[in-house]
Amino acid sequence: MRRATIWLALGLVPAGLAAGPPKDSCVECHAALADELQKPALTFATDIHSQHGFSCADCHGGDRGADDAEIAMSAAHGFKGKPARKMAPQLCARCHSDVGLMRRYNPRERVDQYAEYQTSVHGKLIASGDEAAATCIDCHSVHDIRAVKDPLSPVHPLRLPETCARCHADAARMAKYKIPTNQFAEYRQSVHWEALAKRRDLSAPSCASCHGNHGATPPQVSSVAAVCGSCHAMMEDLYDKSPHHDVFAAMNLGGCVVCHSNHGVKMLAGEGSVCKQCHEAGSAESRTAAGMAATITKLDSALKSSDAVLAQAARSGMEVSEAVMKEQDGREALVKARVAVHTLDPFVVQKAAEAGMAIAAETRHAGEAALKERDFRRFGLLFALLAIAVTIAGLWLAVRALERGAPPLEESGRR
Amino acid sequence: MPLAVGKGRLERGVAWLDERLGLTSIREFVAHKTVPVHSGTLWYYFGGVTLFLFAIQVATGILLLLYYRPTATEAYESVQFIMTRVQFGWLIRSIHSWSANLMILAAFIHMFSVVFLRAYRRPRELTWLSGVALLGLALGFGFSGYLLPWNTISYFATKVGTDMAGSVPWAGPALARFLRGGDDVGGATLTRFFGFHVAVLPAVATALIGLHLMLVQRHGISSPPWIEKRFAATGGRVPQMRFFPNFFLREMMAWYAALGVLGCLAALFPWELGDKADPFASAPAGIRPEWYFLAPFYTLKLIPSHVGFMEGELLGLIGFGLLALGWVLLPFWATNRAGVERTRLVTGAGVVVVAYLATFSLLGYLK
Repeated sequence: MRRATIWLALGLVPAGLAAGPPKDSCVECHAALADELQKPALTFATDIHSQHGFSCADCHGGDRGADDAEIAMSAAHGFKGKPARKMAPQLCARCHSDVGLMRRYNPRERVDQYAEYQTSVHGKLIASGDEAAATCIDCHSVHDIRAVKDPLSPVHPLRLPETCARCHADAARMAKYKIPTNQFAEYRQSVHWEALAKRRDLSAPSCASCHGNHGATPPQVSSVAAVCGSCHAMMEDLYDKSPHHDVFAAMNLGGCVVCHSNHGVKMLAGEGSVCKQCHEAGSAESRTAAGMAATITKLDSALKSSDAVLAQAARSGMEVSEAVMKEQDGREALVKARVAVHTLDPFVVQKAAEAGMAIAAETRHAGEAALKERDFRRFGLLFALLAIAVTIAGLWLAVRALERGAPPLEESGRR
Repeated sequence: MPLAVGKGRLERGVAWLDERLGLTSIREFVAHKTVPVHSGTLWYYFGGVTLFLFAIQVATGILLLLYYRPTATEAYESVQFIMTRVQFGWLIRSIHSWSANLMILAAFIHMFSVVFLRAYRRPRELTWLSGVALLGLALGFGFSGYLLPWNTISYFATKVGTDMAGSVPWAGPALARFLRGGDDVGGATLTRFFGFHVAVLPAVATALIGLHLMLVQRHGISSPPWIEKRFAATGGRVPQMRFFPNFFLREMMAWYAALGVLGCLAALFPWELGDKADPFASAPAGIRPEWYFLAPFYTLKLIPSHVGFMEGELLGLIGFGLLALGWVLLPFWATNRAGVERTRLVTGAGVVVVAYLATFSLLGYLK
């Protein structure tokens, strides 16, 4: 006892012995309650704030060290109760806009979310008194907030579209804003969704990539091409130089989305080409479009055909990895040909496609050669097996002949 | 007559060699060498089949050496070159890989036939020990050769294998470092494994094969005790077949059959090359070693990470070590001090080991 007192007096008690986990009467009491009052206490352990040592009192006020609920949740101890929805952004911003504080926990985290939010449609609606508009907790959840990179977070790239759709696909909720609710359904038909959901490509664009996250706002006609061009820089460059640029600008049309749509972005080629929407069938422009589409379809078919032959050879155990690798160059040529469409010049598309066609022919030939080689091997095997069978039969006959004259068994011999 | 002259020359040639090499004594020895004939004679062929497959390994291995380059930057490409550019390179590589597996299978069958036919009994203890050592070397050949194509599967399987070696008590870390030539599997490991595979292991294996064959010649081929008793009861001895040419011709039929199986496997299921190893990539899902390491691998996976105060993997390795030691020493505990054979114990142990290897290898393959 005496020794402990001396250690304490000197302040030399090891931290691990002196400091246990701080008392949290909020969690202790609420965990013993039921339903809505219990839920936060149960989920808060998974919350990133809890993991960084924050407690209920850091948002709700009060004294988490007090055992008496009256004292713990007294105004004297700064208890605020449940913050109003519209106050949530300001409440979060107390810490998330504080550079000094955020640097202690996540130095790379931005601190301008609240400033951005105030410029967003959501933020403006909240400021105008519309409490139905989204605040931080609608997207990030509350009491079980996780880091964005956590796959269970509602704002993880793979889950973000569903999170936005919770409100934006709800016709009843969106009725008063008079905005469509089919964005998510359209997005699920897009190449972006395919990359994100099917190929699990976390860099694939989702809602926030075009609309922004905290500063969420729909791109205007003037900025659509710039938004798409932030990823598709080459296409934007070619589009800016193409005849469509000036025509669409004069008609006050939104660039890329005129052909590709906005949420249901598709690659355009072959049947069902959107070119027909503006260009009459049989017109020079329509024929140019059909020619470019045919070039791309031809290359695509050639690559698929080569792919099928190589896959068949690989299934037969043939070593075709070099040809498969080479085929990647053909796929790159296909992408380049598709990009070249934005020039609206069929010769540029043709030139890009020709390189791919040559590669597709070469890889298909390699696949066919591998299949021929496989057949040759099987024929060789058959021949070899016949030779082996004949030899075994010959040996058997030799043994029979040997043992017919003289019995093989000897009664004496070493053991 | 020219024929008579030719024959005379041949005879003179043979006599010349006989004088220098003692061919007559070898001929006498071969003429008197016999093999017991009974219901289990079939199992005697597996030793010869194992030897035949080893010879194929040596021949195809030498051919592969003409093109293979044992560096991390060139190994994969050189095997790819062998598979795609070298005339019949695919066949040589596939036969080398398949015959390695068949050789280990044949060695296992040979070993268990020795156990169940009681061929390990006095005075053949050293024959058994040299045989078990040869099986260990065959597994070493398999482990070291698996890495040489430097593909993803072999790279990560070697990582897992050398990790296990690192768990061996006391000498583990040093052993793992010795095997890897560093802290992790890399170019140094490949060079080292190549050295083991083409120089160290073949030298030791050749010496051991010589010893094993010499011991087989010295003690002859064993007959099972129950066969000996049956013939002894009637006052006779177990019938014998002349080794040459009767048994030898039959053995050749087995070799040709093995060659046919090898040809089918190599032509219909060419050994895959896979993707080049990328040390910075994460391990592919479902990584597992070759089939002959599957049973212990799967067992180690089943053991909890900690059993009592001990790490699960360490406990498993100690257990396998003790079991392997018990198996190696089989001839010495198969007979009690009074000289009575522990027949049931040996048969039971043999059945348990075969059942364990078959079941756990299958489970390891399926899971």
